[in-house]
Amino acid sequence: MRPSGALLVGLVKLIVGAYPRWIGCQPCARQRIYFANHSSHIDTVALWAALPLELRDVTHPVAARDYWGHGLRRYIATKALRAVLIDRAREDKSSNPLAPLIETLARGDSLILFPEGTRGSEALPGPFKSGLYHLAQQFPEVELVPVHLENLHRSLPKGAFVPIPITCTVRFGAPLRLEPAEAKEPFLARARGAVIALSGLHA
Amino acid sequence: MTGQHKLLAVFAGVVALLIVASLVGALLAQRAASAKSREVIANLNARTKAWWVMVAVLGCAFAAGQGATLVLFAFASFFALREFISLTPTSSGDSSALALAFYVLLPGQYALIWTRQYGTFSIFLPVYAFLFLPAVSALASDTRDFLARSAKIQWAVMVCVYCVSHAPALLLLELPGFDGPNALLVMYLLLVVQLSDVLQYVFGKLFGRTPLAPQVSPSKTVEGLVGGGLTAVAVGGSLWWLTPFTWPQSLALSAAIVALGFLGGLCLSAVKRSLGAKDWGVMIEGHGGMLDRLDSLSFAAPVFFHLTRYFFE
Repeated sequence: MRPSGALLVGLVKLIVGAYPRWIGCQPCARQRIYFANHSSHIDTVALWAALPLELRDVTHPVAARDYWGHGLRRYIATKALRAVLIDRAREDKSSNPLAPLIETLARGDSLILFPEGTRGSEALPGPFKSGLYHLAQQFPEVELVPVHLENLHRSLPKGAFVPIPITCTVRFGAPLRLEPAEAKEPFLARARGAVIALSGLHA
Repeated sequence: MTGQHKLLAVFAGVVALLIVASLVGALLAQRAASAKSREVIANLNARTKAWWVMVAVLGCAFAAGQGATLVLFAFASFFALREFISLTPTSSGDSSALALAFYVLLPGQYALIWTRQYGTFSIFLPVYAFLFLPAVSALASDTRDFLARSAKIQWAVMVCVYCVSHAPALLLLELPGFDGPNALLVMYLLLVVQLSDVLQYVFGKLFGRTPLAPQVSPSKTVEGLVGGGLTAVAVGGSLWWLTPFTWPQSLALSAAIVALGFLGGLCLSAVKRSLGAKDWGVMIEGHGGMLDRLDSLSFAAPVFFHLTRYFFE
């Protein structure tokens, strides 16, 4: 891990702990897509920090280019986290926004994905976008691991500037698989349900 | 024996105790037959292992001097406050008040010890934080559960920062006839308060029959409190040579530390239960959170500090 990455991990652990709980699977070198609820800018680093050191090197968070693509944020995203930047805005309609993700998976590396696409303000995640489904179709051998990040919407909610120290537990669930002939909507609902089930807040 | 030698002697004693505890734990682990007893022994050994780490960290801080000791307690306060706030349902209207508590009040309180300003140290949080924390929350115009929210933040800051900071504040005292270092007093307090917890646990596990306050803390028993508490007072009394006290004074002060430590554990257990949790956190393997280890200290430290200041300064 780079020094800038180590510094970032140290800082995030000091403020939110990011204690991992491997409930449905164990940390291992298998290729995976970790997908989680998204409520705060700390989410990405917290999930990344919860992974063991050796997995951080081969696991790339997916970040939005419109937010993380400039200045210091760009430095943090690309240098410290080695994130994959994607275009949420999609100015060029002909290009596939998932292309950089597909490239990373084809290389054999793992991804951290926030399928809501944007930060929510509630404890429960909003509806999932379809990227996860398309990736699952193209890479059936990659494990899809649901992850729940607790409390981070309290530490740095949308609109706040200073993160409040609040303990965050990162719960890793049992891997999902896209069933043969499973349609997009039911799969995305099932994936979202798997994240909610880890939160203990059944709704 | 000089003060430094005394400090070394105490640490050597603690290390010897930990060696014995580790050996006994290993022996018990071999003998444990039932699943239940294996679980208890595994927890016991996790606790002992965590004690090794805590004693090593404390030893390094003491060796590095007063600044390092203050920084250590500041971090302990920080983690305790983080645990308290994590379990407390605060709203987004509390963001500014919480930022103030973590990033201004906490470092401020420890800076006041570093700059040796006893007067400001003793009123900074009970007066100024008391007034400004709710004021900052009120400016956020969220009136829902305002009193409850303010009270919870207030309590968290008082217990985790104000009360805990009285342990390293012992370094401020100027005690005539005591050639220190004052780190010995901090060590004395920590030793009696933690030994009392450990002995109450051991006596409770060995002889515990009568639950003391089953709703609040199911593991506390009358036998544990009496056996463990009295033994801790006796040990505390016998450590008079570390302190400016005579042995009867040391017995009395140890009794105060043990009594307050017990009340602290009980009160914070009640707070914890009212927030629906069993442990404050997961930081310290086997023990739970930072606050599970600091609960008794938080009540004992201010009283021990003021008794020492009033009668011996």
